[in-house]
Amino acid sequence: MTEHPFAITLDAGTSLANRTGSWRTSKPVYADHLPPCNARCPAGENIQGWLYHAESGDYRAAWEVLMRDNPLPAIMGRACYHTCEDACNRGRLDQAVGIHAVERFLGDLAIREGWRVEPGPPTGKRVLVIGAGPSGLSAAYHLARMGHTVTIADAGPKPGGMMRFGIPRYRLPREVLDAEVERILAMGVELRLNTAIDDIPRAMAEGGYDACFAAIGAHLARRVDIPAVAAGRILDAVSVLRGMETGAEPPKLGRRVVVYGGGNTAIDVARTARRLGAEEALIVYRRTREMMPAHDFEVEEALEEGVLVRWLSTIRRMDEGSLVVERMELDDTGWPRPTGEVETIEGDTLILALGQDVDTTVIERVPGVEVNKDRTIRVGPDLQTGHPGLFCGGDMVPSERTVTVAVGHGKKAARHIDAYLRGAPQESAPKHAVAGYDRLNTWYYTDAPRTVQPVLDALRRQTTFDEVKGGLDETTALFEARRCLSCGNCFECDNCFGVCPDNAVVKLGPGNRFRIDYDFCKGCGLCAAECPCGAIDMVEEEI
Amino acid sequence: MLKQIEGSRAMAEAIALCRPEVICAYPITPQTHIVEGLGELVRDGHLTGCEFINVESEFAALSVAIGASAAGARSYTATASQGLLFMMEAVYNASGLGLPIVMTLGNRAIGAPINIWNDHSDAMSVRDAGWIMLFAETNQEAVDLHIQAFRLAEELSCPVMVNVDGFILTHAVERVDVPDQARVDAYLPPFDPVQVLDPAEPLSMGAMVGPDAFMEVRYLAHHKQMRALERIPELAAEFRAVFGRESGGLVRPYRIDGADTVVVAMGSVMGTVKDTVDALRDAGHAVGALNLCAFRPFPLDDVREALLGARRVVVLEKALAVGMGGILASHVRMALRGFGNRVYTLIAGLGGRPITGDSLADFLRKVEREPHYDVHFLDLKSDVVEAEIARMERTRRAGPIAENVLRRVGAGRAS
Amino acid sequence: MTQTVKFYQTGTLTVGNRLLDSDKRTVQASRNRSNALTCGHRACQGCGEALGARYAIDAAMRAANRDLVCVNATGCLEVFTTPYPETSWQVAWLHSLFGNAAAVASGVAAAMRVKGKATRVIAQGGDGGTTDIGFGCLSGMFERNDDVLYICYDNEAYMNTGVQRSSATPPAARTATTPAVGAAPGNVFGTGKNLPRIAMAHGIPYVATATVADLHDLEAKVTRAMGLHGARYIHILVPCPLGWGAASHDTIRLSRLAVESGLFPLFEAEHGEVTATTPIRRRVPVAEYLKPQKRFAHLFRPDAPGAQEALDRLQAMADANIRRFNLLSAEEAVR
Ligand SMILES: Cc1cc2nc3c(=O)[nH]c(=O)nc-3n(C[C@H](O)[C@H](O)[C@H](O)COP(=O)(O)OP(=O)(O)OC[C@H]3O[C@@H](n4cnc5c(N)ncnc54)[C@H](O)[C@@H]3O)c2cc1C
Ligand SMILES: Cc1ncc(C[n+]2csc(CCOP(=O)(O)OP(=O)(O)O)c2C)c(N)n1
Ligand code: SF4
Ligand code: SF4
Ligand SMILES: [Mg+2]
Repeated sequence: MTEHPFAITLDAGTSLANRTGSWRTSKPVYADHLPPCNARCPAGENIQGWLYHAESGDYRAAWEVLMRDNPLPAIMGRACYHTCEDACNRGRLDQAVGIHAVERFLGDLAIREGWRVEPGPPTGKRVLVIGAGPSGLSAAYHLARMGHTVTIADAGPKPGGMMRFGIPRYRLPREVLDAEVERILAMGVELRLNTAIDDIPRAMAEGGYDACFAAIGAHLARRVDIPAVAAGRILDAVSVLRGMETGAEPPKLGRRVVVYGGGNTAIDVARTARRLGAEEALIVYRRTREMMPAHDFEVEEALEEGVLVRWLSTIRRMDEGSLVVERMELDDTGWPRPTGEVETIEGDTLILALGQDVDTTVIERVPGVEVNKDRTIRVGPDLQTGHPGLFCGGDMVPSERTVTVAVGHGKKAARHIDAYLRGAPQESAPKHAVAGYDRLNTWYYTDAPRTVQPVLDALRRQTTFDEVKGGLDETTALFEARRCLSCGNCFECDNCFGVCPDNAVVKLGPGNRFRIDYDFCKGCGLCAAECPCGAIDMVEEEI
Repeated sequence: MLKQIEGSRAMAEAIALCRPEVICAYPITPQTHIVEGLGELVRDGHLTGCEFINVESEFAALSVAIGASAAGARSYTATASQGLLFMMEAVYNASGLGLPIVMTLGNRAIGAPINIWNDHSDAMSVRDAGWIMLFAETNQEAVDLHIQAFRLAEELSCPVMVNVDGFILTHAVERVDVPDQARVDAYLPPFDPVQVLDPAEPLSMGAMVGPDAFMEVRYLAHHKQMRALERIPELAAEFRAVFGRESGGLVRPYRIDGADTVVVAMGSVMGTVKDTVDALRDAGHAVGALNLCAFRPFPLDDVREALLGARRVVVLEKALAVGMGGILASHVRMALRGFGNRVYTLIAGLGGRPITGDSLADFLRKVEREPHYDVHFLDLKSDVVEAEIARMERTRRAGPIAENVLRRVGAGRAS
Repeated sequence: MTQTVKFYQTGTLTVGNRLLDSDKRTVQASRNRSNALTCGHRACQGCGEALGARYAIDAAMRAANRDLVCVNATGCLEVFTTPYPETSWQVAWLHSLFGNAAAVASGVAAAMRVKGKATRVIAQGGDGGTTDIGFGCLSGMFERNDDVLYICYDNEAYMNTGVQRSSATPPAARTATTPAVGAAPGNVFGTGKNLPRIAMAHGIPYVATATVADLHDLEAKVTRAMGLHGARYIHILVPCPLGWGAASHDTIRLSRLAVESGLFPLFEAEHGEVTATTPIRRRVPVAEYLKPQKRFAHLFRPDAPGAQEALDRLQAMADANIRRFNLLSAEEAVR
């Protein structure tokens, strides 16, 4: 208190005595909403969460957040079809964040740096995992983190499942695959190769396992009857691709290879045929390009590599060195129907890429297990079969067949197995509402400067399947990570702290976000309106 | 140093001796020569450490002074008449904020009709604005009062207005003793404000005060002026000690002992009053005079004490409360309330009308016969006003009185 | 890639950001900001003036190393901050009258100069206190080139007395003295003052316009102004939820739309010449700005008399601004 005249002159800052919070009818509350990318990630990654660390250049922290959900980032950054990017809010602003590219960058960096994950404190429980595909590997990883002792048994000579025997090398270098598998094994997971399990209950009993996760994939190629003079020239895609990995020599294909089917496998096998020296690789598909299940960018790349495609065609017959195809047309409902018009095309090898079924022989005998009509295994929401302690995931259960789904199943199964082993129900955190585009105040997001933009665009377009092109380097990765809008989650932009006319937002310092001082907050709602990422809700006050 | 000097120039030199730090003013007759003089003293380097600011209006002039004073600078401005009215809002504000600004008011009539000559209408229009108001009798006193004004203002944190009659003082060339710097410095210490705009100790000055404290603020302003009633005589006494002459104070009686009739007046008219008193005394009339040097605060006790012995009190004043009568007279009556003295209101000298000793003596002789004059206008041209009143009665509409009067007195149209 | 990594993509427009170098963050992002105008003030919810004043004075405080005095005109800002016995100011502050802030500030500046102090001086007031009643003192301060930064918080009417028209009230706006009734509802067209341009005509060292929507821009301008001496003028658009009939959470959005529509051009001028303009990022038609404000509601009532014509004229005003200040020039990517 300074000496000064009464009433006319006042001491600085004395209005703190006036608690304007009592004026409020609604109040701002910080909330973490679910970013659309996270919501759409089949592996349940906290994408925004790890991009947050990547943005600041703390790649180790980013990688660690990423590894909480997905043990295979270098693989996924390459092979995942990144549905997250379709959902990315930034796509509505300019272009989606190249999430996969940053993920791959982090995965590669971790391999280069030899970053490891420690297993959890031992629980004394033993779990058998059947199949070293992505699903089995993921389950093993998560179970090991929880401290369980894990053994993986795989029938094949090498781990990876379809990641090795399906996805071609040029899209997924085997060093990458090996490195990420090795990191899981380094956690103490035991891998037994060339070990086909044919009696699960017995294997469990003999090995003293407390639970089992089976992820044997879907390896039986579907076939159609095509009359042929030389049936030997009709192959299936899975075998061809597998032959690339197992045989001493690559499979022998003809000069003119015809692939029948429209999925990613068809594309892979056609591109592989080109790489094996086929002069011509032609994909025959009975529907239109729009209807093709293969991803657009893969079709695009195949076309760039000289793969030919005949849409709206079916194969009638295979002759010596040629095939007869029938043209299809779309009916009024847009469905293809035969026209009766046939044509002969050249071709000496026909590869069928019509999808795969699960080989259920090993599991259907297990008491309590049910097989669906489509040959998949019936499981509950906890991925448990009717046989207590036996869980299944990946391609063998009904769902989309992707590496990412398989990895997600592995994590989910691990949690439920853990709960099963502890005898406690698995409690999942409540799901937050998705932070849609309309929650954002996009004004605050700026674009990359003109000098940087084209480089990023090119990198973003890049599939990263082509290893010749390479991924992001550190600088570009940082740029890309920083494009994230942090949908629904505070990224400490200080807007709320700045825009409050009543200084009622308290800044808690780096990493600690903010707090509302309800003694002074009048509830004007400016903080919520001006939060770029929609991390503040206005909640009615009870009066 | 004794000088033959114009009153305005003498005041300018005296103000400069007070080391003001910010001077701002806007020209208006008859104040101009004072600020011109100060401007020159700043420009020619006589007055250093002072900002002289040419502003765009009187409102700005006093506002600049308010800002400067609040920031701890000794601040001065001067105005008159219309200029005072133009700054009126700031006049109240300066005192409300308790800022010790000194302002010279070169007293002048207020229009319409526009008139540049002396009376006290301007001063009387701000009599309740919270300023201390002193009136100078002579240019010597004008000089001395400015020196006392700064001291008084700063001691009490209250603005002080030094009233000097326009032309009669401001433009008169006479012998004035302009003191030397050392003596002024000895009398007037540097400005040490009670509140100041200081970034190191931030305060909010000029708060909004509601019903819960406004009365108290006003009471305290009143109290401050009551304090001034004590300090003014003390400062005058100190002044006498330093400078060796009588100046200022609250009231100054003249030949009041045994006087039946006492004339009360303020400002330069006291010269005429004293001459008249002398002449009447010589002729055997028991007449005296009382000069009021301080009008705000109003020295009720001193006035009462001085006047109690007089049967008749004639309040000669250069202002008119239109529709009411005398202003100073009301104050004097207030001082004498409950006593039997008869108080006469004598309105004189409005708009510069000369106040002659003869007319005054005439009036004083008349009141000795004790007729009752409620309000008397000295030397009013009765024929003119009566004719105009008659005309108004006839036409029953208010015309431009000023023009009609001018036509009747034969002075032609106002230009 | 030769570019150094900067924080382009998640937003240089935000108040701060953990990833920015601290010199690239706004003053408001700092926990050490002076909060010259602190909590407990009595402004309405979402008051743009309260926000604008803290933005501007905090930036000035930083620029002046806290060696600053503020003079305030009468108006909402004064009333809601200093009702006895409490003040919200944490800066040396003086309120004298409605129309004399510029002159009082000149006096403070003179005092500082004469005392050899480096203390900087700001005068501030509402649009009424600036463009109308305080205009004489302001023009005098400009003309004398006194060392004062004058900041006008323009909420486009006399808010403190209950939303009456000022010479900064836009055409067609409803106020208590330009009611939305009759053949030409709201404020009349073809009147009012453009004070930033009048200030420029004085040839003073610095004139700028700003809004509470672009804090970086506002702070840069205050900082620039504080770096200069002589008379300087900054005119800040500060939406008033009460007077404009807008939602309290729309204060910043409306400022943004005022700029993006072209109705409120952002520019800087030195010695009477425009030196920089802030380009429009995402242009919008004026209707988008006007519609959320009840003071313009009569323009959107079907069959309201002259509504379309009024909208067209407002659009034409915006277009003229865009032409005059060349507001559609390519956006600088890096600022
Ligand atoms: C050509 C091709 C390309 C593909 N490309 C992609 C792509 O780019 N992106 C993508 O996301 N998905 C892709 N997929 C799909 C993806 O590979 C699978 O969905 C995924 O690998 C399924 O994982 P999983 O762990 O369920 O099974 P799998 O990967 O099939 O692994 C199953 C494992 O179980 C083992 N096994 C089977 N039976 C037994 C048994 N009885 N005892 C012990 N071990 C057994 C197998 O040897 C195998 O290692 C592709 C598939 C193919 C065929
Ligand atoms: C001389 C004078 N006239 C009128 C008023 C009444 N008055 C006080 S604040 C105000 C309106 C202020 O308007 P503006 O300057 O635009 O500031 P705002 O309140 O809108 O922020 C008015 C008219 C006054 N205080 N003094
Ligand atoms: S902007 Fe970021 S948080 Fe939002 S959807 Fe895209 S990657 Fe996810
Ligand atoms: S009336 Fe307007 S300017 Fe005044 S306090 Fe309320 S919102 Fe702010
Ligand atoms: Mg206003």
